[in-house]
Amino acid sequence: MKVRQFGAIAAASVIALSLTACGDSAKDSGGGGGGDFKIGIKFDQPGLGLKEGSSYTGFDVDVATYVAKELGHDAKDISWVQAPSAQRETLISTGQVKMVVATYSITDERKQKVSFAGPYFIAGQDLLVRSDESTITGPETLTGKRLCSVKGSTSAQKVKDKYPGVQLQEFGTYSECVAALVSKGVDALTTDNTILAGYASQDQYKGKLKVVGKTFSEERYGIGLKKGDKAMCEKVNTAIAKMISSGEWQKAVDKNLGPAGFKVDSATNPPKQDACA
Amino acid sequence: MGDILGSYDVLGAFWLTIRLAFFGALGALVLGTVVAVMRVSPVAVLRLLGTSYVNVFRNVPLTLMMVLSVLGVTYIMGLPLSQDVQQNAIRWAIVVLSVYHAAFVCEALRSGVNTVPAGQAEAARAVGLTFGQSMVNVILPQAFRGSVAPLGSVLIALIKNTTVAAVIGTADAAGLMQEVIENETGSFSVFAIFAIGFVILTLPLGLLFTHLSRRLAVKR
Repeated sequence: MKVRQFGAIAAASVIALSLTACGDSAKDSGGGGGGDFKIGIKFDQPGLGLKEGSSYTGFDVDVATYVAKELGHDAKDISWVQAPSAQRETLISTGQVKMVVATYSITDERKQKVSFAGPYFIAGQDLLVRSDESTITGPETLTGKRLCSVKGSTSAQKVKDKYPGVQLQEFGTYSECVAALVSKGVDALTTDNTILAGYASQDQYKGKLKVVGKTFSEERYGIGLKKGDKAMCEKVNTAIAKMISSGEWQKAVDKNLGPAGFKVDSATNPPKQDACA
Repeated sequence: MGDILGSYDVLGAFWLTIRLAFFGALGALVLGTVVAVMRVSPVAVLRLLGTSYVNVFRNVPLTLMMVLSVLGVTYIMGLPLSQDVQQNAIRWAIVVLSVYHAAFVCEALRSGVNTVPAGQAEAARAVGLTFGQSMVNVILPQAFRGSVAPLGSVLIALIKNTTVAAVIGTADAAGLMQEVIENETGSFSVFAIFAIGFVILTLPLGLLFTHLSRRLAVKR
């Protein structure tokens, strides 16, 4: 009898717990902030879009906040939604978010599904190495070395096609690559220089890692919007242009990507926005 | 749909999935049989070891074991199974799949052992067979025949679980799917291709095992 009572209590508490969990997620639909202007960002990329507890930091977050303000939405109206790479198009086309600001490179394939405002930043594929590394100076010096990237990512595919002599280890996330790099399991990590700079500026890796600084691709970060929403696209473009001319853009770059000694390629940045289609 | 099949090596990726599943299943069957024998053995220490094995590996998430094998064991502890990065990932994936599913194979086999009437084991001991002899000649042959259906379920689960190996960078079907989604954006046809691929692999196996379980069941 005792056992049965205990079981009933345990079952009741489990049900109660799961109910509260449901209540929470229903309120803010898995995102942060209480507002109704939903913006998709990365939650796991330091320096660009990072969720720490209930606060959100990074260059993408700053750009999104500024653009939202120009569109008439205060910071407290914004609710942040996680936008993993594979789900960005779906989030936009189903209307779950108003815009996606998540290291979202403008490509022709993606343009068939969503519209892009921007670009607001021109990044490029680069290499992250340990700070005492001197032999790796660019992609040509990688032959026989171990390189790490995320499975299926554009960066990984580019290395496979262009530099077949490289030993490529792929993981599910960049954090695992950074761990392998620090423990000397791999010699370099490759993806966009902005993402690399974000990892190099994290407190636990400060001084241990450096970005090589020789880009070998051009990634034009845009803001993903509902396909064909030209009016919105033009408003967002105006907001980005204002952010650049007011100096806020530079401030955001210095604050989020500066600590790792990352130099923005001033030949391409700040970029001029494309005309809206 | 056709252009995806044309521009990506879908068959090659599924071939790696099949290889992972085949060697993983082989390893799991051998290891699982050993653990099952340990769990029904008369030696208390072996029973405890077998029980611990099942409880540990049945309850640790497969993804965690995969990441640990390459990130933890290969790179941090420095124990690679091959100097080639791709080969290392494939070999560790097979090892992890074997170790993980051996726990399930063990439990399936133990259910098979339970279908053998206790009188048979007693009779085997009475005619002077040792524990090993009675296992190999009397109990296990009937146990395997009695556990064909649950072993089939384990095999199907194993085939689908090979997709987890993509987290350590194997170029299997799940890995290729991530590549296709990155390039072409996620669409219904992409998911359909890979879902159909797995159904082609698993559905006939399910039918085969159901058929075998009927044919092979020991009539009592």
